Amino acid sequence: MSSERSAMTAGGTDVEAAVDTAHGSTPASVGPPGPDVASASPGNGQPLVSIQELVKFYPIHGGILRRHVGDVRAVDGVSLDIPRGEILGLVGESGCGKSTLGKTVLRLLPATSGRVLLDGEDVLARTGRDLKRLRRRMQIVFQDPVSSLNPRMPVSDIIGEGLVAQADAENGWGKRSVRDKRVGDYLEVVGLRRDYARRFPHEFSGGQRQRIGIARALALEPEFLVCDEPVSALDVSIQSQILNLLLDLRREFGLTYLFVAHNLSVVQYISDRVGVMYLGKLVESAPVESLYEDPRHPYTVALLSAVPVADPRRRTRRLVLKGDVPSPAAPPSGCRFHPRCWLREQLGDPEQCETVDPPFRELASGHRVACHFAERISKGVLADAVAEQPDIPTSDVVEPDGQDLESPKPVDAVPG
Amino acid sequence: MTDPRDPHTHDEVVDDLVARRDEAVTDLMRSPPEGADGAFVDHYAPGAPDADAEYEVALESLSQWQLARRRFRRHRLAMVGLVIFSLMLGVAIVGPIVQPYEFTNIPGASRQGGDPPSLEHVFGTTREGRDVFELVINGARISMAVGLFSMLIAGFMGVLVGSLAGYFGGWVDNGLMRVVDVLFAIPFLFIILVAARFFGQGQVSSLILIFGLLSWPLIARLVRASFLSLREADFVDAARAVGVSDLRIAFRHILPNALGPVIVAMTLLMASTIILEAFVSFLNFGIQETQVSWGNALANAQSALILGNWWWAFFPGMAIALTVIAINFIGDGLRDALDPRSRA
Repeated sequence: MSSERSAMTAGGTDVEAAVDTAHGSTPASVGPPGPDVASASPGNGQPLVSIQELVKFYPIHGGILRRHVGDVRAVDGVSLDIPRGEILGLVGESGCGKSTLGKTVLRLLPATSGRVLLDGEDVLARTGRDLKRLRRRMQIVFQDPVSSLNPRMPVSDIIGEGLVAQADAENGWGKRSVRDKRVGDYLEVVGLRRDYARRFPHEFSGGQRQRIGIARALALEPEFLVCDEPVSALDVSIQSQILNLLLDLRREFGLTYLFVAHNLSVVQYISDRVGVMYLGKLVESAPVESLYEDPRHPYTVALLSAVPVADPRRRTRRLVLKGDVPSPAAPPSGCRFHPRCWLREQLGDPEQCETVDPPFRELASGHRVACHFAERISKGVLADAVAEQPDIPTSDVVEPDGQDLESPKPVDAVPG
Repeated sequence: MTDPRDPHTHDEVVDDLVARRDEAVTDLMRSPPEGADGAFVDHYAPGAPDADAEYEVALESLSQWQLARRRFRRHRLAMVGLVIFSLMLGVAIVGPIVQPYEFTNIPGASRQGGDPPSLEHVFGTTREGRDVFELVINGARISMAVGLFSMLIAGFMGVLVGSLAGYFGGWVDNGLMRVVDVLFAIPFLFIILVAARFFGQGQVSSLILIFGLLSWPLIARLVRASFLSLREADFVDAARAVGVSDLRIAFRHILPNALGPVIVAMTLLMASTIILEAFVSFLNFGIQETQVSWGNALANAQSALILGNWWWAFFPGMAIALTVIAINFIGDGLRDALDPRSRA
């Protein structure tokens, strides 16, 4: 494991972690080792979660014999580290593989290749009893508060089931009385009433159901939580409640999150670091302030410029990305973003973009990007790009949750 | 920062949070927040709008099964169905005790083609002078037994095979579904006729076995289809994430949610089996002629209908229809009662 990988400062939130490309695609020479490596985190500066070259392909079968004719490359070699106590936000459009990544890390989907280390233990290699023991330490909160709770179980069983599954002599969760108390405790921890344990999921609102889902995950005392778009199905006013709850729980229990979302404001609010995915690859990762103030990948720039500004007087011209997201079954050669890249157009279509897959290189400390020309991005270049776009009047169509990247309409940009 | 692996620390944090919440609740009760807008930020405060105490009293001590039973009892049609069905079942069991004429004692008809309903023969008589009321009572035994037991066999087999195929998928699914395809592809009647010869003709038990073993593929397909869609549900992933075993997931999470359409299909299956038995008996491949079922009573009555002797066909037919409807009502009631989302 290379030394520049991650460490955290004593405070626990101001984290300086490097996302690692692990197996030598980059000479990651720039980043100095983080401060206080030895003293800060319990795992000797080792990240709690380390994802290394993770690949998840969905095979495509065709023909009468159902032969294997190709793969949907949902996650195609993603490497990243999450230090203990950090919240890593993962953004990208629909179908870019961010949810698949989260589920593959938790072994809810079988990985094609790669490694996932939880506290140094290889998650993908464990089976049977070992895997079950490991599952206690990593849990998930789902997007859909309706389908994530079994409609035929009372809340006490929904939360208690994991306790039964993980019961042993030491924790005593096999006993009904112990379990009931614990279920009640965790309901209170997530801000619900103890006696809700008797009720069924359909008796709750979306936000309450999401809290139940969080309680279910939390009751097993996990260290690592994958939040798979936990607020995107909720009302905006409820979204903030759940986000604050997640932040509080992180502080109280010292949790580590992989926070998957497509809402850029949500990710900005909750994350310490942000990773941007496009077509199964990580294209940029940086501490949250750095990513939002100084995006270095043309795709990130386009994403960020699509965030609507709550100011009706602001007249903007649109920067529209060409075309649709290509099929992950047949990704473009070289840089996967090149057919839609506005920067490439500005630079006069350099050949490199089409032929060479850009390495995920470290631009500044902790700021990594997979673009050959990341240094060329500036306000001037962006303004030029916008100026060349056809003049489309500012649309007043705003999705209910503000910045829904999942809509099929093209990503547009606000200059400057 | 605390190490979350230490169970004591974790529990302490929980205790602390719970205590703080309790404190917040008592504070709030002592001095409720001013102003009407309750949209305040502290999510450790009690879930404000949900305090409908009345509702809780109702739910206080009822278990899942008690709730289901209560929902069933409040389902009017289901209760009607249950009463009719119990009556029929009672007749089938104690029938020979209450029947007015012995099976072997044929009172004889005064009119050629059979007597119409009268005080002596409330349902009339057959051409041979047999009392139709006696036919209906005696027929209940075989008809109900064939319908009920073949339904149970088909239900058990269907749920088992469908669950295995749907949950495991892959080659398990492929293998089992090809068996199902084969069973669907061979003409149903043909197998029944051959099997009736093979298993021993005229045996009620062999009829039950044949019907049961031939009709499960329908149920299996239904169960499999539900499993395939429910397998992808988030709550199944959640259960796997907390370490619940495959078997438990299949039976505790997926099956209960897949059962609704299966129950309805099973009641329909029972109805169609009763009718099928009539048909097979009519072709002389079913029960022996010396035995009586609603089906063969109906079949034998066909010639009498031309003469206008409606009663011979009407009463066994009504018995079949009533039973089938009753079973369907019960099926509907069960489906609703087992679904916690339906109103209690």
